[in-house]
Amino acid sequence: MTRPEIMKKLNRVFRDVFDDDTLKITEKTTAKDVDGWDSLTHITLIGEIEDAFRIKFTMKEVTGMKNVGEMASIIEARAK
Amino acid sequence: MKQISFTALGRNCLKDMSGLAVTKFALLGDCATQHIARAIRGYAYEMGQNFEVFDADYDQIDAQIMDEGSEMYRFKPDTVLIYRCTQRLYERFTSVEPAARGAFAENEAEKLAAQWERVASRAKADILSFLYLPMDDGVFGSYALREETSFPFQLMKLNFLLAEKARALGSVRLIDLSPVQAMLGEEAFCDAKMYMIAKMPMSTAALPLVASRVVDAVLARKGRIHKCAVVDLDNTLWGGVIGDDGINGIEIGELGQGHAFSEFQTWLKELKNRGVMLAVCSKNDEANAREPFEKHPDMVLRLNDFSAFVANWENKADNIRLIQKQLNIGFDSMVFFDDNPFERQLVRTMLPEVEVPELPEDPAEYVRFVRAQNLFDTATFSDEDRVRTERYLAEQSRTLLSASLDSYDDYLKALEMKAVAAPFDAFHIPRIAQLTQRSNQFNLRTVRYSEEEVAAIAADERFITRYYTLSDRFGEHGLIAVVILEKREDCLFVNEWLMSCRVLKRGMEQFIADSIISAARQAGFDRVRGEYIPTAKNAMVKDLYQSMGFTPLGGGLYEVDTRSYKNHEIYITEE
Repeated sequence: MTRPEIMKKLNRVFRDVFDDDTLKITEKTTAKDVDGWDSLTHITLIGEIEDAFRIKFTMKEVTGMKNVGEMASIIEARAK
Repeated sequence: MKQISFTALGRNCLKDMSGLAVTKFALLGDCATQHIARAIRGYAYEMGQNFEVFDADYDQIDAQIMDEGSEMYRFKPDTVLIYRCTQRLYERFTSVEPAARGAFAENEAEKLAAQWERVASRAKADILSFLYLPMDDGVFGSYALREETSFPFQLMKLNFLLAEKARALGSVRLIDLSPVQAMLGEEAFCDAKMYMIAKMPMSTAALPLVASRVVDAVLARKGRIHKCAVVDLDNTLWGGVIGDDGINGIEIGELGQGHAFSEFQTWLKELKNRGVMLAVCSKNDEANAREPFEKHPDMVLRLNDFSAFVANWENKADNIRLIQKQLNIGFDSMVFFDDNPFERQLVRTMLPEVEVPELPEDPAEYVRFVRAQNLFDTATFSDEDRVRTERYLAEQSRTLLSASLDSYDDYLKALEMKAVAAPFDAFHIPRIAQLTQRSNQFNLRTVRYSEEEVAAIAADERFITRYYTLSDRFGEHGLIAVVILEKREDCLFVNEWLMSCRVLKRGMEQFIADSIISAARQAGFDRVRGEYIPTAKNAMVKDLYQSMGFTPLGGGLYEVDTRSYKNHEIYITEE
């Protein structure tokens, strides 16, 4: 999976979880930039991304990711 | 059970729920409960219900229950769900000295039961608790159940003790989520890192399934239950087509895929024994359809297991309508099993209220699938349930008699009906509570009472209570009506009046009205006041009081003077 493909698919998951069809995320997007991205939604988001890409994040990754770019890097390294 | 994602349930929570039936639902947990609260509210919406959810802060079970003025009590919940998770239980277990662990389960069971009792005494609420999910800490291996101080031993004992205490207390129901965990697998049910990070003991994949179990339990208590399983025959109850393959060619028992169908029939038979009615709805010539039930040695189900049997070439939606009329139940209390996707879709489209599970293609999977669906949840089980089908079969004999007589009065006389009217007693309380929870149509005020509440009313001098049984030459109807009269300053008020619809128009409603008036006279009341509170289902009794000789006061209230009331002419003898 290429990086742009990952970002495109991630954007679909974000739109679904945040229920916002106009949401556009970039590699630099952080929790501050998205309305409703709190610790509760973060958990839902992680679960949905794991299902969508059929991967599992580690505990360290879940608590350590700084922005969407880091998320995409982990997916890129792991998704088949 | 509906297939739906947690994200979709979350979106449901934001939808307009005005006009939906409201349940005030309190959730107390020793783990993070925000996600499950959202899943429950979202799933309830799928079922046409507005669950107003009070989600207590993290780990506040004790505080919310012990403090009489807590937010939870002020919220006035209809249902309280207490969620104690196995992970936290294990923390408590490991903090006990190993030598003292033999008493762990008993202590825990006492503590939780004391909390249930506290809630029951302070809130007029139904109590739900999850059983502890199975967890082997792998310390004792295969020796664990030989050793009383092992965690697996104490966990197994604790769940059993909780079941016993819940039974004794009455108002508590335990929900066992282990089938859900087994279906998903432990890893998918609980994401370990999410528990470590957020104390969230269920994954988002598990939440919709868990929520469905919770909502099912709440709805069962409100009388929203399935009462009838409607089944197709060819390739549903046996393999093959009876019209083509003949009685020796269909697969049941030892032949071909027969075991799969025998097991499915056994499951249906067990449902019938629990009080669920069975009905056949098949495209077949009737004689062909009946033959296996009459002659095939390996059939588990026989004709007298069915309350209705419809086999013809009409479309199945029309035939289900026919069954619905015969059995006098709502479409929303029927489940339709058919191997044919076309028929399922037809019924879903024509009769959206009927539940139509998506049976797996391979009959080998039927039983596992239906067991996991929780299609027949219930909040009660009484003697009445054990003999329901026999009652309906007797009903069919009555219908034949009525066809042979000229007038309805002749028919009523020929029935030789006998009724009993008596105050509530301990023996009948479970059935009385069950009727208050399940009757929807002939129910004037639709007030639901638990067994404990019925017992309290029976013992309270401010109330006069009556239950009614009816029998006739074809058999017993059992306990079919309940009346609760409340002594007020200026009148005797009919707090509850409900009757089973299957004895409608036999003179029983008149018999009960007469009996209410006679009870009022005995207690020295000149006036009896009744009330009709309309619901979506009880329109059949909207004019009942007037037809019984009461005068409307407006606002759904009716009154009658016991001094001028005249008894009705009826064909029922009081025993």
